[in-house]
Amino acid sequence: MSGLKTNNPVIRWIEYRLPIFSFIDHAVGSGYPTPRNLNYWWNFGSLAGLALVIMILTGIMLAMQYTAHVAFAFDSVERIMRDVNSGWLIRYIHMNGGSFFFIVVYIHLFRGLYYGSYKAPRELLWILGVVILLLMMATAFMGYVLPWGQMSFWGATVITNLFSAIPLIGESIVTWLWGGFAVANPTLNRFYALHYLLPFVIVGAVVLHIWALHRFGSNNPLGIEANGPQDKIPFHPYYTAKDAFGVGVFLLFFAAVVFFAPNFFGEPDNYIPANPLSTPAHIVPEWYFLPYYATLRAIPDKLLGVIAMFGSILILFVLPWIDRSPVRSAKFRPIYKQFFWIFLADCILLGYIGAKPPEGMFLIIGRIATAYYFLHFVIVFVLSYVERPRPLPSSIGEAVLKGGGAPAPAAAREKA
Amino acid sequence: MKILTAAALAALVTVGAGQVHAAEGEAMPKYDWSFSGVFGRFDRAAMQRGLQVYREVCSACHGLKYVAFRNLEVLGYSEDEIKEMATEYSIGDGPNDEGDMFERPGRPSDYFPSPFPNDKAAAAANNGAAPPDLSLMAKARPGGPDYIRNLLLGYEDPPAGFEALEGLNYNLYFPGHQIAMAAPLSDGAVEFADGTEASTEQMATDLANFLMWTAEPNLERRHSLGVSVVLFLLVFTGILYAAKRKVWSDLH
Repeated sequence: MSGLKTNNPVIRWIEYRLPIFSFIDHAVGSGYPTPRNLNYWWNFGSLAGLALVIMILTGIMLAMQYTAHVAFAFDSVERIMRDVNSGWLIRYIHMNGGSFFFIVVYIHLFRGLYYGSYKAPRELLWILGVVILLLMMATAFMGYVLPWGQMSFWGATVITNLFSAIPLIGESIVTWLWGGFAVANPTLNRFYALHYLLPFVIVGAVVLHIWALHRFGSNNPLGIEANGPQDKIPFHPYYTAKDAFGVGVFLLFFAAVVFFAPNFFGEPDNYIPANPLSTPAHIVPEWYFLPYYATLRAIPDKLLGVIAMFGSILILFVLPWIDRSPVRSAKFRPIYKQFFWIFLADCILLGYIGAKPPEGMFLIIGRIATAYYFLHFVIVFVLSYVERPRPLPSSIGEAVLKGGGAPAPAAAREKA
Repeated sequence: MKILTAAALAALVTVGAGQVHAAEGEAMPKYDWSFSGVFGRFDRAAMQRGLQVYREVCSACHGLKYVAFRNLEVLGYSEDEIKEMATEYSIGDGPNDEGDMFERPGRPSDYFPSPFPNDKAAAAANNGAAPPDLSLMAKARPGGPDYIRNLLLGYEDPPAGFEALEGLNYNLYFPGHQIAMAAPLSDGAVEFADGTEASTEQMATDLANFLMWTAEPNLERRHSLGVSVVLFLLVFTGILYAAKRKVWSDLH
């Protein structure tokens, strides 16, 4: 293609028959013009992609040693931890990789909320992101069942039982999900099959996500469309260099946990083999599910609780149509900005409540926090009519280059 | 500035998750273990003593099924010592050429035999409560090695008005304070091969050291590899940052 210049005859030969090099160049290379003012919150998309690759690679290696049978699953994981060469490392990377995947995806998501990245014309990009989140949750849930510890078994029992809340056909659906009349070997087998399948479905959704991203390019901290070459810089080398630095920082955090606190995010109970006859005192999901768990338990009615839990994510699908403000970035929305932080605090509070027993003060706070979670979307809807946004800069180039006193150093600091 | 915000947020998330786990149970006195911390290593002498406590006291009721005799080399035993230790155990094997199961002396490749043939038998012999396998105990309880040590030292007279159920014993650190296991250790219960005085506290500490190893045998490798990886990443990330600065410097 026009952007690709090379003297290498092999590349030219291939490019003429299969334009894969220009394809890559347009996806993440010098042929992809990107807003020049992206800050470090824009690093988390590439970090999520990295986390997905790490999970798939370590997952495939684990699958070579794991046995999906109720009588052997726990022992096969212990064998990986003890006898397989570097098995402990691969398993700890996979185990904590799940947590880090959710950390970067949640940051990625809240970045989108803050800077209004879900607004037209990027609604489908946002929706695909929510689809990826749902797929991740299903994958993580089933993966947590595989070691067949106490929390694996009882987590699977509690979560699959949620579907029994569906009127009339609920019980049949649960039996169908289990492949029997209890969580047992058929359940473990199908969870393993799906846990292996779904990551590749995620890869497919990620491809669509990036495809949709490239239609209009990245949003940016100002939330105004980039127009003209002075607003944009090529993805490579600028953002490849910036993303690479982000990867280094990410890996530092990741390595610190994997090597020095590998069971930090885990539950001790999952080192006890699954026992259908003994229920743990507190059944808690992994930390990244705690806000939803709090939502589920906040509502006394089981069916409504399940609806609220799923609704808390499904509502994100229609967010682009709830928020009708034409201004994207919270930078120029003084009221929305405050409600954004309250919303973030509310989500963290829900996570805290999700780890507590649903009684007394915790239950009351959980109910208020759940109510506020949904109220936030009403507030966002109302705000889009009543809020008076601050005036927008006319272009990215203007805001970046004329923002400070001395143009060049100021621009460099903004990005560094 | 932006980096600081990100780091602060990451720290917030981590601290929050930590509190989630620390939220439950009796306030647990913490012991200064040799294996804790970034450079933590196992204490070989303590582990050998802990193994002795396990073999002479705990193994009467508790299994250690994920630990093979060959693994004990890490504790500082020679191959011959391990062979000899293994032969002291009788291992079920078979079927032989006649189709019969048989017992034979243990080999280094064998795992510690469990004291009961199955959980039902274990429960039947112990007032209905099967003694759990100890291999993973240091990871399977909140507090880990601290919990093990505290539990073994937590047998006390119940507070006034506390009625323990028939056959259960009061323990300060056991959830619910009623534990089926009677106090297993008493001063001088074993005679340590290295001459260390076998106080209850000494035995409990040594056993927790040993059980941390059985639960996490790769801890030392993990720590030393982790130090190298983090040092490498620090340098590498620094280079990446310099490269990023260099690349971006030509933007006007």
